[in-house]
Amino acid sequence: MVNKLVIENLKFRPVRTALSILAVGIEVTLMLTIVGLSYGMLADSQQRAKGVGADIIIRPPGSSVLSLTSAPLSEKYVAWVQRQPHVKMAVGSMNHPVSGLTTITGIDLDGFNRMSGGFRYIEGRPPMEPDEILVDRYYARQNNLRPNSKVNLLNREWRISGIIEEGRLARLVVPLKVLQQATSNTDRISQIYVTVDDPANTDAVIKDLKSKLEGFQIYSMPELLSLLSVDNVPGLRAFIYVIIGLSVVVGFLVVFLSMYTSVLERTREIGVLKALGATPGFVLSILFRETVLLAILGSLLGIVFSYGTRWLVMTFVPASLSQLIVPGWWPIATAIALAGALLGTAYPGWRAARQDAIEALAYE
Amino acid sequence: MSKPIVEVRNLRKVYRAGDVDVEALRGVNLTVQRGEFVCVVGPSGSGKSTLFHILGGLTPPTAGEVLIDGQDLSRMSDAERTALRRRMVGFVFQKYNLLPTLSAADNIAIARHIAGKDMAHDEKFREVLELLGISHRLHHKPRALSGGEQQRVAIARAIVNHPALLLADEPTGNLDSKNSAAVLSVLRDLNERMNQTVLMITHDPNVAAYGHRIVHMFDGRIVDS
Repeated sequence: MVNKLVIENLKFRPVRTALSILAVGIEVTLMLTIVGLSYGMLADSQQRAKGVGADIIIRPPGSSVLSLTSAPLSEKYVAWVQRQPHVKMAVGSMNHPVSGLTTITGIDLDGFNRMSGGFRYIEGRPPMEPDEILVDRYYARQNNLRPNSKVNLLNREWRISGIIEEGRLARLVVPLKVLQQATSNTDRISQIYVTVDDPANTDAVIKDLKSKLEGFQIYSMPELLSLLSVDNVPGLRAFIYVIIGLSVVVGFLVVFLSMYTSVLERTREIGVLKALGATPGFVLSILFRETVLLAILGSLLGIVFSYGTRWLVMTFVPASLSQLIVPGWWPIATAIALAGALLGTAYPGWRAARQDAIEALAYE
Repeated sequence: MSKPIVEVRNLRKVYRAGDVDVEALRGVNLTVQRGEFVCVVGPSGSGKSTLFHILGGLTPPTAGEVLIDGQDLSRMSDAERTALRRRMVGFVFQKYNLLPTLSAADNIAIARHIAGKDMAHDEKFREVLELLGISHRLHHKPRALSGGEQQRVAIARAIVNHPALLLADEPTGNLDSKNSAAVLSVLRDLNERMNQTVLMITHDPNVAAYGHRIVHMFDGRIVDS
């Protein structure tokens, strides 16, 4: 009977109910989108690193796990690493920032092709001239580029020679020498990709390299991938918490206002229930059940909306951002939204429960 | 003679209105026998609504004794008075006060639910519904019912738990003469056929004539009974 009253109450005020559900939905969407973007960007980095096909990665001392935007290493290290026991191949690469989170990568294309099997070309061909560049499908889609299109990067004009499948190495790729010259970093690289003769030797090679290259960051590929996590990105978890905190505040305020006006509007009804012998707990339980229902429906809407934001991201800015659907966060976001909503109902509910029956019955 | 259903002795009620104490009841004495239909008549401010609220357990008395079926309201906590409303008192208001979101049937059912009783209406109550003439309108929401029908649903809700005392506060105040007569007939029938004790507040002498006894109130006192 109480559940029926709760549902009928929500149906009776459809606009407010819809707005409350929408507000909770937006709150949950915000949470799931931020989390999805964080996980998506990291997954994207992981996928591209994996796509190189290396067993080991060597980075200069003091470099960040996530980004390499300088070229402090001498290219001579590549030849040196190549000569180490059990090393099958070593390929140097260089990263340089272009704008925002986007970087351009220079690599020895022949060596990369041998190491990874090469890029898969959607359109066009590898760069052959010093002004030619490869872009991946996402970057091409986001910037409306086709082979032979012109693009201005690093204060010079580049011609698109080919569009490659995403998920390998980088979004923007040029031959290593070209990038070194374009950025005045002749013979400098950012990192070295290494393959070993037998995967069983990976740990031994890493141990050997670490003993010889003191201070360098040397990771096996699985180790590097595991480091690409939310916890290893400085400030990311705090950022997620801040956004979640703001979402909860928004959800709390909307539900608070909705329930507050609802309690005011229903003052007389509350008086009637009290006259019938309803306890404060009974009145409170009606409001809390309404809130739980609103929060659950809002959360479901938020989950659906998160697919919408993912579609928007992947359609309009796939090269700049990447968003994952993270089902593990659905119950967390729902619980957070529910907690905020219940908090928002606490004061109006307390008022309703304490409402004097006579005053309530006289309320116009 | 059986024990009275209502016994009120030296009842006083003082309200605080801003910084001023308002003496709404100034020593009321009243006895209502089981099965009696008593009408309380008086002008605005005479204290009849305050008496109604105290007898219904909606507010505590300031002083005096109020016994409903032997239970002293003046010694009850809020929670005990709430329990008393569930078990022993039924209210009928001037403005019907049905829950607008629920159908007529559910408005009646919610009273039963709050009292912790089975949702199925008992045989005696079915008879009451027939007497009220609303059986065919039970699935309509209040907004689809006429004032007379709404008030009859409110009466059904008030007596669904078989209260010891039915309190009616100007039950015909919002009705035309035809519907007023119908509602008053229903109250009298309930009193006569079911032996339902009724205490009705009104300022209309014609309405008061439906009762067995008329109690006149003025300035917080019963002046004639």
